[in-house]
Amino acid sequence: MKTQKLKYDGTFEGLLTAIFTVYEERLSSAHIIEERFFEPDFFSELITVFTDENKASRVWEGLKSFQQFRTSVYRSFLSGLPDKEVHILDAIQYVLKTKNDKDYGHPSVLKMAQITKQIGREKHRMEAFVRFKRTKDDIYVAIIEPDFNVLPLIAKHFKNRYADQQFVIYDRSRSYGIFYDLNSVQFIELDFNDTVLKEALHDEEKHYDEMWQDYFISTGIKSRINKKLHLRNVPKRYWKYLNEKKPL
Amino acid sequence: MNFERIREKLNILADAAKYDVSCSSSGSKRKNTTKGLGDSSGMGICHSYTEDGRCISLLKILLTNHCIFDCAYCVSRKSNDIKRAGFKIQEVVDLTINFYRRNYIEGLFLSSGIFSSPDYTMERLIAVAKKLRLEENFNGYIHLKSIPGCSDELMREAGLYADRLSINIEIPTVSGLKLLAPEKDHKDFIKPIEKVKNEIIQYQADKKLIKNTPVYAPAGQSTQMIVGATGESDKDIMYSAVHYYSTYKMKRVYYSGYVPVLHDERLPALGTEVPMLRENRLYQTDWLLRFYGFDVRELLNNQHPNLDIDIDPKLSWALRNMNLFPVDVNKADKRMLARIPGLGMLSVNKILNARKYRRLNWENLKAIGIAMNRAKYFIVCDSKDWEHKDLEPAHIKSMILQSSQSKYQKMYNKQLRLFN
Repeated sequence: MKTQKLKYDGTFEGLLTAIFTVYEERLSSAHIIEERFFEPDFFSELITVFTDENKASRVWEGLKSFQQFRTSVYRSFLSGLPDKEVHILDAIQYVLKTKNDKDYGHPSVLKMAQITKQIGREKHRMEAFVRFKRTKDDIYVAIIEPDFNVLPLIAKHFKNRYADQQFVIYDRSRSYGIFYDLNSVQFIELDFNDTVLKEALHDEEKHYDEMWQDYFISTGIKSRINKKLHLRNVPKRYWKYLNEKKPL
Repeated sequence: MNFERIREKLNILADAAKYDVSCSSSGSKRKNTTKGLGDSSGMGICHSYTEDGRCISLLKILLTNHCIFDCAYCVSRKSNDIKRAGFKIQEVVDLTINFYRRNYIEGLFLSSGIFSSPDYTMERLIAVAKKLRLEENFNGYIHLKSIPGCSDELMREAGLYADRLSINIEIPTVSGLKLLAPEKDHKDFIKPIEKVKNEIIQYQADKKLIKNTPVYAPAGQSTQMIVGATGESDKDIMYSAVHYYSTYKMKRVYYSGYVPVLHDERLPALGTEVPMLRENRLYQTDWLLRFYGFDVRELLNNQHPNLDIDIDPKLSWALRNMNLFPVDVNKADKRMLARIPGLGMLSVNKILNARKYRRLNWENLKAIGIAMNRAKYFIVCDSKDWEHKDLEPAHIKSMILQSSQSKYQKMYNKQLRLFN
């Protein structure tokens, strides 16, 4: 029997619509795949999914009684891992059939729980490691390169915390950012240029940057140094945007 | 603003404050409801970590390191020849706000040397917190030091603006305090602690009747003790810790291995190693008392005034009480499960959940993630395969030590050699 390849636009609503389609057309061996990774072949039937908010929200509502699992579906989607759709579809089918949303004996349910945990960690790290720089027009700008697409998850945290300051957090590896204009958070796309940013910085910025670096050094106790622990706490891949860890 | 001068002050006053280990920024309930700056309603965040592995979540500084006292263990003591500096109130406010806006910190930890009088010093600390809350609409975390000997009225006011208040006992015994800080009176430490405790009780009672009672020190009180400065035993330290937990409802007691910073005949010589392993054992004991249902007298008593250095306190307790083991993990109650060496509370809860569905065997226990190398001598499960022989405690200890590679091994080998 032919497998059915469902091609969707890469949005979360698109994925949910695809899942709806699987149920609607009673597909038995469906394979959901993002448009940009799709490669046609002779052995499978192609179905193009057109994102439909109505269908998407019906799937979302259908999972309402499994709150924790539902969060896990969204977070697994944000992971951007190549096989995410396979696990998500498999797990949703299992959970809707058996109602065992916490059965970690099931491989896809377990896998999703693991991905969710990883993302949660990355989200928490970004809440800690974002470093804003103040610009002349009083917008605080930060650049990040997280392992996963966590911007949608951290927006609320930063909005609550910096309710009275305009800020931009820009994800360089995914080329988009969030912008808070004192009212709401919007997703933005822009070309980021280091030299332009440097020129736009507020005169004070240099001083606070230096003082933070100084503070980082003077608050450490030399006779207790433990580099191994330090590296575990602040992995090297994050150093690029941490001003206190700026290579001298 | 003169940034050069502030930078210099920051270096001096952050350096002097770093021996305070408390850095928690959680447990507060201050929501940003007024579109102000900051929100400390959730869990704490460590924004960075020092190279010695401690979390940096607060801007930890002294208001000044001028001090009228001459406590032997303190870098800022009067007779020590160091650079002195003092912040203006506005400078601390600006630093806090600007660091906070850049997402460097969760809030402010403000301590101070005591200049002119305790009340005068405390007033200034409060002034900083007050300004941050009322003028800057700041909802981040504020941890203030209570100054020994300051008045009740000021402690009342401090709690209205701070999330946490703390006062460092430093020396666990009254005699030790006499020796190292002869000008300080033990009673001066207790008075502010007592006041804050009563205010918190009062707040909780009022809160039930009047919903908008102003919040008072929502993250409670903490204290800190220096370890290894006066030759006190682990028993002395933990018994006084228990006293502070029970009598004054402290949220935390911190233990800080003494870092020799000064030459003084009453103290360990400069260059003496920081007793980090001992500090670690004290924290393990602290956890056993707070989360595992141990009584301090079981772990430390006149027969055993000090903790074992080479094994953890729970294992050492178990080896002294072999008559209680082995425990059947499929039947034992939570209290007893928590007492098995190699099981943390996380594993205990997993066991309690999992055994509802099936009887657990070695495989299951391994999957749950318990430390088998220690636990296997103390449990039986759904398997015929268990340690049948009546092993002597000393034998078990040596087998466990052989089968494990402690990251501290280097240290205690060195420390043991002293006695050979």
